[in-house]
Amino acid sequence: MIVFRGLPGLFQASLLNIALLFGLIGLGFVVGIPIALFQVYGNRLLGGVASAWEWFFRGVPELVLLFLFFFGSAQLGLKISAFVAATLALGFRSSAYQSQIFRGAIQAIPKGQMMAAHSIGLSRWQAIRYIILPQALRLAIPPWSNEFSSVIKDTTLAYAIGVNEITRYARFITERHYRLAMAVYLVVALIFLLFTYLGNRLLGTLEHALRVPGFEAKAARAAGEHG
Amino acid sequence: MASNVILKVEDIHKRYGREEVLRGVSFSLFKGETKVIIGPSGTGKSTLLRCINRLTPPDRGRVWLDGVEVSHPKTNINKIRAAIGFVFQDFNLFTHLNALDNVRLGLLKIKRLDKKKATEIAMMELERVGLAEKAKAYPAELSGGQQQRVSIARALAMDPKVILFDEPTSALDPELIGEVLEVMTDLARAGMTMVVVSHEMGFARSVADEIIFMEGGVIVEQGSPEQLFTNPRQKRTGEFLRKITELYGEAS
Ligand SMILES: Nc1ncnc2c1ncn2[C@@H]1O[C@H](COP(=O)(O)OP(=O)(O)OP(=O)(O)O)[C@@H](O)[C@H]1O
Ligand SMILES: [Mg+2]
Repeated sequence: MIVFRGLPGLFQASLLNIALLFGLIGLGFVVGIPIALFQVYGNRLLGGVASAWEWFFRGVPELVLLFLFFFGSAQLGLKISAFVAATLALGFRSSAYQSQIFRGAIQAIPKGQMMAAHSIGLSRWQAIRYIILPQALRLAIPPWSNEFSSVIKDTTLAYAIGVNEITRYARFITERHYRLAMAVYLVVALIFLLFTYLGNRLLGTLEHALRVPGFEAKAARAAGEHG
Repeated sequence: MASNVILKVEDIHKRYGREEVLRGVSFSLFKGETKVIIGPSGTGKSTLLRCINRLTPPDRGRVWLDGVEVSHPKTNINKIRAAIGFVFQDFNLFTHLNALDNVRLGLLKIKRLDKKKATEIAMMELERVGLAEKAKAYPAELSGGQQQRVSIARALAMDPKVILFDEPTSALDPELIGEVLEVMTDLARAGMTMVVVSHEMGFARSVADEIIFMEGGVIVEQGSPEQLFTNPRQKRTGEFLRKITELYGEAS
C-alpha cells in the first residue's frame, strides 16, 4: 500500500511542523512577555509601542504575514529561508496573542503583592521577576494551552511559502495518487490530534508540577474581583 | 535626645483628586518607642504609613529614618524600604511561596546572604512568631492569624529600624486576634520601634508609649494612653475613644 510507504515521509515532514511549532511558540513567548510587561508597567512610549505591536500582529491575516515576511523581505534584499520567515511571521503573531494572555494574568495578581514586594525593598524589576511573573505564569498555563493547540495547527500555513511541512508532503503524495487523498489527509489529521494530545498532556503535567496549594483558587477569586 | 529619634515625619501632605487626605502631619519616633495611631475610617492613617516608606509618594513633606532623608530624591528608596518593616491589614504574603520562602526572600535577594545563613535567620524569625513548624506551609494553608505572624516574621527578618503596622488584626476573626497582638506585644517589650494603626484599645493602653488621634488628615491630639483615656485635651478625642471602646470592647 502506498499509504504505508508514504508514512515515514509524512512523519519526517511533521518534524518540520514540530520544529516550526517550537520556534514560533518560543519566539512568541520571549517577545510576548516583554510586550505584556510594557503594557502593564511601561511608560507611555513603551506601552504604545507594545500596543501597536499587538494591534498589528493580531489584525493582519496569517497568510498576509507569511507573504510579507517571505516575499517582502526578499524584495528588501534580505535572504531568509521560508522556514525562518514562517517562524518570524507566526512567532510574532503568537507573541501578540501570548502577550494578551500574560497581561491578563499579571493584572489578575492582587495589588498587595507588588506593595509587599516593595515594602521589603525589592525594586520594580525584582518584584516582577520574583513575585509577579512566577504567579502570572502559573495562572497563564491554562489559556496558554489554548494558544498552543491553536498555533500547532497554524504551522500548516507555512505550506503557502513553500516550507516542506506535513501538508505540503501530503499534497505531494496525493498529486501522484489522488485516490489516496482521503487516507493521506486522515493520517495527517491523526498526527495533529496526537500532537495536540501530547502537548496538552505535557502542559497538564507542568501545571501540576508547578502547583502551589490554594494558589489557583485564590488567584481565580482575585481575577474575578478585578473583572 | 534628638539623636535618639529614629523616624521623623514632617508636614506630610497627600491629595487624591480633589480630596486632601493628609493635611500636614508631623511626628517623631524615638528608638524603642511604640506609637499607636487611631482615628475614624478614611482619615488617612493607611495613606500616612504608606507615605513614610513611599509606597505612596506624598505631595509634600519630608521623612527621615535614622538621619537619612527618605524623601530626598537621591536616596536609594529600595534600600530604605528594606529598613522599614511594613505589615499589611490583609497580610499580603507572597502566595506562591511557602512561609520559609516568604521570610527568606528579602535575605536572599536584598541582603544577598547565602542560602544557609538566610535559612537560619528566617527559621529564627519564624520561631519567634511561633511558627517554625509551619515553615513549609503555603499561605493558603495557614489561618489568617498565622499568615499575619509570618508577615511579621518577614518584616523582622530584614532587621528593620522600625516596623509600620497597618491595622494588622482588623481582617482577622476575633479568636485569631490575640495571637497576633501577643507577638506584637513581645516585640514592643523587646525594644522594637513600631508605629501601629490599630483600634485594639487593650493593646494600645498596655503597649503604646503614645497614642496619636487623627481625624480629617491631621493629628488632633497625641499623648500617653493614660492622658488620652482619662484626660483628653480635645473633646473629639474623648468622644472617639468612648465610641471605639464600645465597639471593640473594654481596654483590658
Ligand atoms: N489609591 C487611592 N486613590 C484614591 N483615593 C484614595 C486612595 N487611597 C486612599 N484614598 C482615599 O483617601 C482617604 C483616606 O484613605 P486611608 O485608607 O488612608 O484612610 P484610613 O484612615 O486608613 O481608613 P481606614 O480606617 O478605613 O483604613 C479615603 O477617602 C480614601 O478613599
Ligand atoms: Mg486604613
